[in-house]
Amino acid sequence: MHLILFIIFAGLCLAGALNLLLQKHPINSALSLVVVMTSLAVLYLLLGAEFLAAAQIIVYAGAIMVLFTFVIMLLNAGREERTLGSRAAIAVGFPAVAVILAVIATVLVKAQGLGAASLSDGVTSTEDLSRVLFHELLLPFEVTSVLILIAILGAVALARKGHGEQEAGK
Amino acid sequence: MNMQAVPLNWYLLLSAALFSLGIVGFLIRRNLITIFMSIELMLNGVNLSFVTFAHQWHMVKGQIFVFFVMVVAAAEAAVGLAIIIAVYRARATLAVDRIDLMKL
Repeated sequence: MHLILFIIFAGLCLAGALNLLLQKHPINSALSLVVVMTSLAVLYLLLGAEFLAAAQIIVYAGAIMVLFTFVIMLLNAGREERTLGSRAAIAVGFPAVAVILAVIATVLVKAQGLGAASLSDGVTSTEDLSRVLFHELLLPFEVTSVLILIAILGAVALARKGHGEQEAGK
Repeated sequence: MNMQAVPLNWYLLLSAALFSLGIVGFLIRRNLITIFMSIELMLNGVNLSFVTFAHQWHMVKGQIFVFFVMVVAAAEAAVGLAIIIAVYRARATLAVDRIDLMKL
């Protein structure tokens, strides 16, 4: 059962990621990214991370992707024109990506001592997670809330219509 | 039961593949928003390997790291999309080839 679920959702994940690269319209890319994130949530559940699966769907597939979709519709982003891209991307980028993937893949295939995941493994309960989060890691948690506050202020300040931008637009 | 178990290497391979697809998307796409989505894809690939290793060593902290990555990604998305809106206001385009003011 675990194997079947893994194959289905890993396939969906890869198909969504490939579709993200191949689609021309940003809204199609955004929707295939939602597919990737939702199937990743199922994979988290298979690995016993129930809280993260919920957070993945709520935060990523919900909040972040809705934000992306809003911005795409707000800016009325159309089909992108295909250009060749930079020469550096072709000359250095793609070989580098291929090498990185090959190195990681060979290391992982050869790696011994990694266990296996099955459905009978225990689930990390939200209680365990919150016990560590709110006892040992309370300070980083509070710092992230400050980070979120700064991000909200920054987003409002950046997206607001300023005087300088209006003059530059005219 | 053992037949049905999935080796954790497969999860890590999937995470490496997602990360590489994110890099390729970052390199080939010409739309600012799609490039930003490729970055989110890379973050998701890394998150999957965090969860896999948290499962391997039965450590809760790996999952908490993913939680923090999600928080930072949310903040990054908010600020990044605000920057994209500001750039669109100033230049009226989303094509990265036309936004080359800081290019040498």
